[in-house]
Amino acid sequence: MSNAGKRVDREALAQRFRQFIDPEYVISDDETLKPYECDGLSVYCEQPMLVVLPETVEQAQQVLRICHQEGVPVVARGAGTGLCAGAMPHPEGVVLSMAKFDRILEIDTLARAARVQPGVRNLAISEAAGKNGLYYGPDPSSQIACTIGGNVAENSGGVHCLKYGLTVHNLLSVDLLTVEGERLTLGSEGLDCYGMDLMALMTGSEGLLGIVTEVRVKLLPKPEVAQVVMAGFDSVQTAGDAVGAIIAEGIIPGGLEMMDGHAIVAAEAFAKAGYPTEAQALLLCEVDGTSEEVHEHIDAVESLFKRLGATSVRTSHNEEERARLWQGRKSAFPAVGRISPDYYCMDGTIPRGQLAHVLTEMDRKSQECGLRVANVFHAGDGNLHPLILFDANVPGELEKTEAFGAWILELCVEVGGCITGEHGVGVEKIRQMPAQFNDSEIEQFHRIKAAFDPAGTLNPGKGIPTLRQCQEYRSLDKDIEPNAGAAAQLHAHDHDHGQGGHHHG
Amino acid sequence: MADITNLLVEQVLAAREQKQPLRIVGGGSKDFMGRAVDMSLSELNLAEHSGIVSYHPVELVLTARAGTPLTELETALAENNQMLSFEPPRFGEGSTLGGTLATNLSGPGRPWWSSVRDQVLGIRLINGYGEHLRFGGQVMKNVAGYDVSRLQAGALGTLGAMTEVSLKVLPKPASTRTLVSDCELGEAVSIMNQRAAQPKPITAACWLDNRLYIRLSGAHSAVDATAAQWGGEELEDADVFWQQLRDQQLEFFSTDQPLWRFSVNPTARMPQLSGGWLVDWGGAQRWYSGAADFAEMEQIAKAAGGQVSLFRGGDRSGEVMHSPSPAAQVLQQRLKQAFDPDGLFNPGRLYSWM
Repeated sequence: MSNAGKRVDREALAQRFRQFIDPEYVISDDETLKPYECDGLSVYCEQPMLVVLPETVEQAQQVLRICHQEGVPVVARGAGTGLCAGAMPHPEGVVLSMAKFDRILEIDTLARAARVQPGVRNLAISEAAGKNGLYYGPDPSSQIACTIGGNVAENSGGVHCLKYGLTVHNLLSVDLLTVEGERLTLGSEGLDCYGMDLMALMTGSEGLLGIVTEVRVKLLPKPEVAQVVMAGFDSVQTAGDAVGAIIAEGIIPGGLEMMDGHAIVAAEAFAKAGYPTEAQALLLCEVDGTSEEVHEHIDAVESLFKRLGATSVRTSHNEEERARLWQGRKSAFPAVGRISPDYYCMDGTIPRGQLAHVLTEMDRKSQECGLRVANVFHAGDGNLHPLILFDANVPGELEKTEAFGAWILELCVEVGGCITGEHGVGVEKIRQMPAQFNDSEIEQFHRIKAAFDPAGTLNPGKGIPTLRQCQEYRSLDKDIEPNAGAAAQLHAHDHDHGQGGHHHG
Repeated sequence: MADITNLLVEQVLAAREQKQPLRIVGGGSKDFMGRAVDMSLSELNLAEHSGIVSYHPVELVLTARAGTPLTELETALAENNQMLSFEPPRFGEGSTLGGTLATNLSGPGRPWWSSVRDQVLGIRLINGYGEHLRFGGQVMKNVAGYDVSRLQAGALGTLGAMTEVSLKVLPKPASTRTLVSDCELGEAVSIMNQRAAQPKPITAACWLDNRLYIRLSGAHSAVDATAAQWGGEELEDADVFWQQLRDQQLEFFSTDQPLWRFSVNPTARMPQLSGGWLVDWGGAQRWYSGAADFAEMEQIAKAAGGQVSLFRGGDRSGEVMHSPSPAAQVLQQRLKQAFDPDGLFNPGRLYSWM
């Protein structure tokens, strides 16, 4: 897809950039390039030709113009916390880091909006707006580090999506640079715009369609009160039914999380949150709103859990207790990291009603391939995060893990779900795209890409597989080695990776 | 109640073969929207392509064929105490799901209960190659592939014929009350925005004829406590008022003057013009009734941080939708080419140049 065939001399290009960018921010030596070779999914690594950190939109624009002229691939990068290798560099390309764009330009309290540069951290927006009783809704658990530009690129979620939506629901406008370096604003200060919804198309497009240079986000009033109910259950099925019953009651919780037995034990050992370690499933149901509404709904949720046979129920009565109950869930990933040398975090979404079936199947497969799996689940919106435990130092175990992971994603599609709920496709899940889309659909995606980037130089090789990759996928015997390519890549670079998956929401 | 996908695909393929553009029609209730089109074009009629495909109340997800009337959806949802939270307007009995998404029309609750564009999870669509494609899905979080579903919102069918739509639905609120107070426009806009910044169960805010209408919905206790705190006169038959606002049946709308829809910064001050204003969406949507020059209205919208369309009446042979920037125009033209290279679907309906 890319025309990146023509060779460009690294130093010559660096010199061109240094004419208008602080030379310190044009990185061309191997040692300084090293930290940029992967994002949060460190099993996929590649050293870029160059990294540039422009400080103004005009500089970024000039970088894009030159790269466009020379046919050099451009990979945009925010904080590098992504979990699908979407920001993995191209070996003959430039990494365009937006890290210097870190200013909050305006908080419009009355209109409940913030205008920010793309390198502003997600949490920094809520911190700045908090003085006025407002906050930014989506809260991926990398929110202390991840940036809003990356959130737009990935359409990031978090634990509050069921009630407050994803990034796409919380944007008012996005300023962009096209691959040619042309400036463009999508959206407005109003809620709706006319014509095709290009802003929605851009959101979650993983840096394949344009580079975000400014974002106007919606701000929400901070709820008066939030309380959380924790309940233990002796089966995943019962816990799943309880989730359905809350919804049927007409309650939309601010957060609704589930953990399975393995995750409960790991989290409790790590965080001492007071979780019932004998339970097979644990629910955390947070209700937020006015104090009256929260009291009414918390009572309803408590009695519903008891009626449905919860083996233990506990409710937070102050902020300290609430934080403690969440502590276990929030540290589930590092907790699992402690009981296993490595883990690999998956990200499928399923219709909630399929949960028990999917977990049972996963258990069976887990035993079959001898790899443990712990599950944390955004139960409200069906987003499942199985954590496969493995040891990369055992020869063949990573390959086995990737095969197991691929199998899980295919199972998600089979039951009516999708291969990624919030982490994105990037490099990681590109092989599973044909499980969710047929060739005509994939071709339509390529035509969309070509409408924005005819030469294919924006983040090439990510997000959408080539038709040849699709054919290979369809002709593969999937049970043998579906993800062999990734493993081969890993070993080729002999990269000393730590945990395959990172901490996330 | 039938699946006529095959028939629809055949019609598109035949149109492609003969290079004969098509006029997509559902319930026919929104013919007045967009630019005037050549009525002699063949219809691609989706009214027969109707029926709920699946509905799982506890999943909060509903999938229906594009020609399904909104009334049918709402009846099914009401049986489970759920609703289409974006309160889709209907301008006739036949208003359908597909037409609602293509026009991106949402009702008074839009700032709080979101829009049809926000709630769409997936679609099936016949593109200009006659391929029946599926995008998005039936789950609430799905970031695989480009968001083709939401791209359709506002495209007026120019990218293809949607055949099926999956939506997130929501529970109906347990309680709803509407408070009214006398108020002039400037003050009303300021109150609307101040109240929207508070964590209270506000779900609609509208100003008309020097009266400010605020709707509260949610748990009984929360609605009652906020009503007591904010004060105002309780509106009888409030449901009728919001329905008539949604469907443009209030007296404000029964005029033969052109009707303009502004989508702007909710705090914007709009100029005094000779016609009448109605403010909805807590200030973010303003209706203006009166003759005006399109380019001048675009300037006014721009100054208010937003966009405008000539919603109803007036000169429909020129542009009626806010002009995109040159770069956005080029991208829309290229996307049109990407989906519909022969220009089969709704030529000229959205823009003169498409």
